[in-house]
Amino acid sequence: MAEFDWLPALAGGALIGLAAVLLLGGLGRIAGISGILGGALERPRGDTAWRWWFLAALLAGAALHRLLDPVSVTPRTGYPVLLLLAAGLLVGLGTRLGSGCTSGHGVCGLAGLSPRSLVATVTFIAAGMLTVWLLRHALGVV
Amino acid sequence: MGRLFVIGSGLLFGFGLDLARMTDPARVLGFLDVAGRWDPTLLFVMAGALAVSVPGFALLRRRGATWFAGTLRLPERRDLDGPLVGGAALFGVGWGLAGYCPGPGIAALSHGALDPAWFVVGMLLGMLAYAALGRRTG
Repeated sequence: MAEFDWLPALAGGALIGLAAVLLLGGLGRIAGISGILGGALERPRGDTAWRWWFLAALLAGAALHRLLDPVSVTPRTGYPVLLLLAAGLLVGLGTRLGSGCTSGHGVCGLAGLSPRSLVATVTFIAAGMLTVWLLRHALGVV
Repeated sequence: MGRLFVIGSGLLFGFGLDLARMTDPARVLGFLDVAGRWDPTLLFVMAGALAVSVPGFALLRRRGATWFAGTLRLPERRDLDGPLVGGAALFGVGWGLAGYCPGPGIAALSHGALDPAWFVVGMLLGMLAYAALGRRTG
């Protein structure tokens, strides 16, 4: 097993959970990042201001933690650009088609006891595991 | 007032993602690599998130409205269909290719590196492609 710090993982997770509760309790919205971004892109007028505010704040929150702790994550370099672009395309298309991502289905949907979110979460984790197995162990690339 | 909650929620979400190392694609790929040196970080992140969101959502559902008497816009659908499973599968493949999902991909832009930027460019194109296909989901 890889070495890891369980405390920041658990604490960071709790902050994400709290963020989801604040958005639902304050605005009545699901804190699903793909839904928030996708909605901002699809609806050029109306119902988009809060989405851009949320995304800007998310970026600012990550930057704030980065300022306090600049060493816990080492940025990856040298990963194939084509692979990153293809991955992004699949994630963008797949999360919109499947109505959610790790936050919308995983954190919010499971908390709302949604059967759709449970099926989606199991599906994307299984597909991710299969993909990593194929890339790393079956084909031996990256 | 709602705007304050939006900004507060976004700040906590982004801070939490970076604190939890989810902006490190190596950790996420390590979680997905069950046949290699498995990295449990993501499991602890999900556990921490659900420990707060499950009771929080349950209390809000019982209340039946936001704290400002607004509508809770929770998805109503319970049915399973092809787009849900197919979309989740496509997303999972992309997730496994790079180690980024949407939130961490955007949050990792704060590191000032190109790696997540290429991913986010691809993701925006994928979402715009979906919008151009004219599909709408709830």
